[in-house]
Amino acid sequence: MSENDYLPGAQVPDARGYFGAYGGRFIPEALIAAVEQVADEYEKAKNDPAFLAELDLLLKDYTGRPSPLTDVDRFSAEAGGARVLLKREDLNHTGSHKINNVLGQALLTRRMGKTRIIAETGAGQHGVATATACALFGFECTIYMGEVDTERQALNVARMRMLGAEVIAVKSGSRTLKDAINEAFRDWVANVDSTHYLFGTVAGPHPFPAMVRDFHRVIGIEARAQVLERTGRLPDAVVACVGGGSNAMGIFHEFIPDAGVRLIGCEAAGEGAETPRHAATLTKGDPGVLHGARTYVLQDEDGQTIESHSISAGLDYPGVGPEHAWLKDTGRAEYRPVTDDDAMQALRLLSRTEGIIPAIESAHALAGALVLGRELGPQATILVSLSGRGDKDMHTAAQYFGLYDSEGK
Amino acid sequence: MNSKLSEVLAAAKAENRAALIGYLPAGFPSVEGGIRAVRALIEGGCDIVEVGLPHSDPVLDGPTIQTADDIALRGGVRIKDVLRTVQEVAGSAPEAAVLVMTYWNPVDRYGVARFAADLAAAGGAGVILPDLPVEESEEWRKAAGEHGLDTVFVVAPSSKDKRLAEVTSAGSGFVYAAAVMGVTGSRAQVGTMAHDLVDRTRATTDLPVCVGLGVSTAAQATEVAGFADGVIVGSAFVQRILDAGEDEEAALAAVRSLAAELAEGVRRR
Repeated sequence: MSENDYLPGAQVPDARGYFGAYGGRFIPEALIAAVEQVADEYEKAKNDPAFLAELDLLLKDYTGRPSPLTDVDRFSAEAGGARVLLKREDLNHTGSHKINNVLGQALLTRRMGKTRIIAETGAGQHGVATATACALFGFECTIYMGEVDTERQALNVARMRMLGAEVIAVKSGSRTLKDAINEAFRDWVANVDSTHYLFGTVAGPHPFPAMVRDFHRVIGIEARAQVLERTGRLPDAVVACVGGGSNAMGIFHEFIPDAGVRLIGCEAAGEGAETPRHAATLTKGDPGVLHGARTYVLQDEDGQTIESHSISAGLDYPGVGPEHAWLKDTGRAEYRPVTDDDAMQALRLLSRTEGIIPAIESAHALAGALVLGRELGPQATILVSLSGRGDKDMHTAAQYFGLYDSEGK
Repeated sequence: MNSKLSEVLAAAKAENRAALIGYLPAGFPSVEGGIRAVRALIEGGCDIVEVGLPHSDPVLDGPTIQTADDIALRGGVRIKDVLRTVQEVAGSAPEAAVLVMTYWNPVDRYGVARFAADLAAAGGAGVILPDLPVEESEEWRKAAGEHGLDTVFVVAPSSKDKRLAEVTSAGSGFVYAAAVMGVTGSRAQVGTMAHDLVDRTRATTDLPVCVGLGVSTAAQATEVAGFADGVIVGSAFVQRILDAGEDEEAALAAVRSLAAELAEGVRRR
C-alpha cells in the first residue's frame, strides 16, 4: 500500500520511515518497543484479508462510505466559473474524514490486545471520532485537548463526554494542539503496556505518517473514480486544507502519479503569513524535529517551537506531516497560505450558495479553490476535499459574523 | 584515553560507592542564578552535573521540570547561555564532569558539528539526548567523537535484551537506566523495574549503569546505590528552587543541603 514509484528510485517511506529527508523516528527509548509493535502489527494487518474486509465493512455500514461527490454550481460561479467538485467527507459518521483512520487504528488496537486508547485533538474532530470508535469497540478512552480549544470547540467536548470519553484540558504551553500532543505522549510513556496512542494525523514517528495516510487513501481512491465517472477526465487540481495534513494526504495520494493534476495544500495563514500570528508551517517554517519526525516546523533559531495561530483549532499546529514536507521539496505539491478572514468568507459563501456549512478547516481549502478557479478559468475542474462539517464551529462563526446580535449580519 | 566522565565514575567506584548525578536546567531561575545553582549541586556533593537545555516542548518531563523550563524560556535563555553555564561551572569545578541534557531539535537547529565543537570548547564532557534513539544518532556520534564528548543513551524497562545490546554498544560514558516508565518527577517508590533493568543492561556492557527518573530522597539514593553505579536526581532539585520563591540564598542552601543528603545516601550502601 505504501509503494510509490512516481519519482525514480523512490519508495516512500523507506524502511526507516523516511520520505526523502523527512520522517524517521525521534522518540524516547521507552516508546521504541511500542512503536515497533504498531509498525509490525500494521505490516501484518495490511496484508491480512480478514482485517481489510472488516475495515471495509465498517467504512461502508458504520461510516457510510463511499462519501458523495457534489457539484456546486452556484459556488463555482464565484470561483471564476471553474467547475468545483466537493468530496463530501463531512457526510461521514461523526462529521469528518477522521473516522477513516480511527476505525483502522481501533481494529489494530484490538489486534495488539490493548484495552485503552488515548488521542490528541485540536478542533475535536479526531477526538470525537476516537471517542466514537472506543464506544463501538469497548475501549477505555482519554482525549487530550488544549484548554483554548476546549473553549472554542465546546460542542465537541460535550460530544466526546457523551460518548464516554474522558476529556483532559491541557493547560501547558500554548494550550492548543501541540501541547495536547505533548501531554498524550507523556501519558503513553507511562501507560504503554495497556494503551495505544491513536495518533490523528500524518505526523509523528514512523509508522504513523504512512499508516494514517494509508487509512485515508480511500478518500482519493473514491474521488478519483468519481471525478472520472462524472466528468470523463481527471481534475486539473486537487485542493485540501493542511494542518497536520491527514485529509490532504488521503485525497492527494491516489493522484500523485497523475502528473497533470496539481496538488494544492492550503495552510492556515491566521492573521497573515507575514505577521507573527499564523500556522503556515510549510510556507514559513524550517526543517526540524517535532513530535517524533523530521519535518517543517515553525521554530526560532534555537530550535524552540514558535506558537502557531489560526481561527481553526484543527489547523493551529506548528508542524506538518513529513510526506507533505517531501512533496513540497520535490515540487509535486504546492502549499498556499489562506488567512482567517478568507477562510471565514469562504465558509459563509458555501453556506449561502449551496446550503453546506463546512468546517473552518475545510473552508481554507474552499478559499484556496476560489483563488485557483479565478486563476485557471472556466475550463478547469477543481476537486476540493470537504473534510468536515461546520456544526462544531458555529460558536466561532457566530462571534466572527455577529450572528448572536439581534440583527445578525 | 579515559574521558572526564569515565574518570569521575571510576573515582567513585574506587571509593566503593555510587556516583551522584544532579540535574538542573540552565537559565533557571535566571542565567546567573542557574550557574550558581548548578555550582551548588557540586558544592553539595554531586560528582556529575547535567545542565538541561530548556525546551518549548519537553515531552519527557513532568510538571516540575516543565515549570522550570518555562521560567527559563520566559527569562530569555538561549543556547549560548546554556553553553556559558557549562563553561562557568566546568571552569570553577574541574573535579566534576559537566553534561548537557537536551531534546534533539535545538542541537539539530544549532548545527550538529557546531554544537559538539562549542560544547567541547566550553569544557563539557558529553550529552544525554533523550529523544534521539540510536538509529538516528550516527551524525551526532561522529561529531561527538571528533570532539571527545561522551554520548549517554537512555535505556528503559521496555527495552528488550537485544535492543539493550544495540543501545549500550553505541553509547559511552555511562548508560542511563530509566527507573520507571514515565516522565521525570519525584515518585514515592523507585520500583523493582530499575534493579531488573540494571541487571539486564550490565549483561550487555562494561559501561557504568546509572539510574534516574523518580529518585528524590537519600533513602532512595541508598537503595539505588545498592545495585547501580550512579544515582541521578533532577526534579527534586528543581522543586527545592521553586519552593524557595524569590529567595536565592535559600534556594542555593536547599540545593546544597539536598545534594549533601543524597551524597551521604550513595555512600551508605
